[in-house]
Amino acid sequence: MWPILRMVIQRLGLGLLTLFVVSVIIFSSVEFLPGDLAQEILGQAATPETVAAFRKELGLDRPPVERYFTWLGNVAQGDFGKSLANNREISELIGQRLLNTLFLAGFAATIAVPLAITLGVLAALYRNTLFDRMINVFTLTSISFPEFFVAYILILFFAVNWGLFPSISNIGPETSFWDKVYRTMLPAITLTLVVVAHMMRMTRAAIINLLASPYIEMARLKGIKPGRVIVKHALPNALAPIINVVAINLAYLVVGVVVVEVVFVYPGLGQLLVDSVSKRDITVVQASSLVFAATYILLNLTADVLSILTNPRLLHPR
Amino acid sequence: MLIAVWKELKKAPFTAWFGIAIILSYIIVAFFAPVLTPYGETQVVGDEYAPWTSEFLLGTDNIGRDMLSRLLYGARNTVGIAFVTTCLAFFIGGMAGLIASTVGGWTDQILSRIVDVLMAIPQLIFALLLLTIVGTNVVNMILIIALLDSTRVFRLARAVATNVVVMDFVEVARLRGEGIWWLIRHEVLPNSTAPLIAEFGLRFCFVFLLIAALSFLGLGIQPPTADWGSMVRENATLITFGDITPLLPAAAIALLTVAVNFVVDWMLHASSGLKD
Repeated sequence: MWPILRMVIQRLGLGLLTLFVVSVIIFSSVEFLPGDLAQEILGQAATPETVAAFRKELGLDRPPVERYFTWLGNVAQGDFGKSLANNREISELIGQRLLNTLFLAGFAATIAVPLAITLGVLAALYRNTLFDRMINVFTLTSISFPEFFVAYILILFFAVNWGLFPSISNIGPETSFWDKVYRTMLPAITLTLVVVAHMMRMTRAAIINLLASPYIEMARLKGIKPGRVIVKHALPNALAPIINVVAINLAYLVVGVVVVEVVFVYPGLGQLLVDSVSKRDITVVQASSLVFAATYILLNLTADVLSILTNPRLLHPR
Repeated sequence: MLIAVWKELKKAPFTAWFGIAIILSYIIVAFFAPVLTPYGETQVVGDEYAPWTSEFLLGTDNIGRDMLSRLLYGARNTVGIAFVTTCLAFFIGGMAGLIASTVGGWTDQILSRIVDVLMAIPQLIFALLLLTIVGTNVVNMILIIALLDSTRVFRLARAVATNVVVMDFVEVARLRGEGIWWLIRHEVLPNSTAPLIAEFGLRFCFVFLLIAALSFLGLGIQPPTADWGSMVRENATLITFGDITPLLPAAAIALLTVAVNFVVDWMLHASSGLKD
């Protein structure tokens, strides 16, 4: 058991280190501005005195290293500072939106993961048949579609032509759970279509890789049905790569929501980020980038740790 | 050489033929856009949101420009910019990867760790952060995406070249006293091109979709340039009236990426010699 614990701790340490470096990058990106933040906000017309005063108010007169640690300390306590555009507390802006984004990503994942694994198993079972080739073409196609294309096609059919679901996913904190599910159905389906292909292809590949193993041959020779061989004998051993690809796709989901949120006017973190980029509201962009990057890194870290923990060879060392 | 290519092509599946045909037609449209289009790229020729008529085959857009003309010009702008960006990414990433594996040692360590950190941040988010700081315009976007995407090219180029560097003929050249540049140009690069070409197709698709997404968000290619991503954004309201015109530029994007993916899939299949 010890070597595995050491590996997990190593990965966690590496993850924390990455998180630290990423936070430094996000913080220091502003330092590359031609002038500095104060100059940038006030514009060219401001007198040197106002710029100096504003610089002091933002704390820009202190050395960067000191400012970084103050910033990091505040962020750790949930205080992201104030928005440059409207002077509101960033934590207030982000809080509810982050929950909304996670709800959407989670909703998409609950549809996508079982669907992808089922399709992957079926494709492996009926490999090289017409069904497999159709799934292959379908997945190649769905990987190639821009997210907004999928989104608008869904809107055209489900919202405009058939009137089944709303084209705008307008939810608030007081919206009930089922109402939320109803209103976020189209964005969730869009995201599902985007991530299913990759997960499904990996599941199929992981299972087909195993089918040449002696114990599968043995199971076949015993006369077990092909479906049972795959589900009972191959699938458990293919779990490690599958769990890995699922976690990576979840990480992609959390980030991939940006475009989808904009299409459906969904009040999530992605939309806030895009709005703030066009307003050049740098503090909000920094805060939301940090939240996105941290979620992404943590999910990738989970994938790493899980693939170590589910590897039978590591769990039972000789 | 040409005969060998033709022999491979004759064995190619339908999807690959379809892909090649689509890619060629896009290239033709991109080169001959001014000849093929009835109106100018930014010329306002009619009312806003005019329906499909014989005068405007695909109607007009939100400020009365001919949709068909802009769609055809888009082949030149959107695809051209994505192509330039991918080339730049390959130049930066490929060079760095080849240098890292040929030189080795500290150079390799430093470059690899920088790439590790850059890859830890999701690409779209990083691109948005950098665009906020340097400002949104086409040149900035090309540079940022090329830089971010070069990390993926670096990984592959380094991995492929590392297998070449240990070969005897590279060792011989080293002992002969050849310099790093000579080694890269004459020994390592020629032996690493095959996987890099297939990767070029995949990276192109990725860059193309990323640029389309940024332009769709209004943060990429800026108006009045005819660009497929921003055309969808500008005309999206039409969809709520059941009009499919705004979907056409999006379909143009999708069709090209599907085509490139089909060709790459066939190339990888053919070069790996797998039947499964």
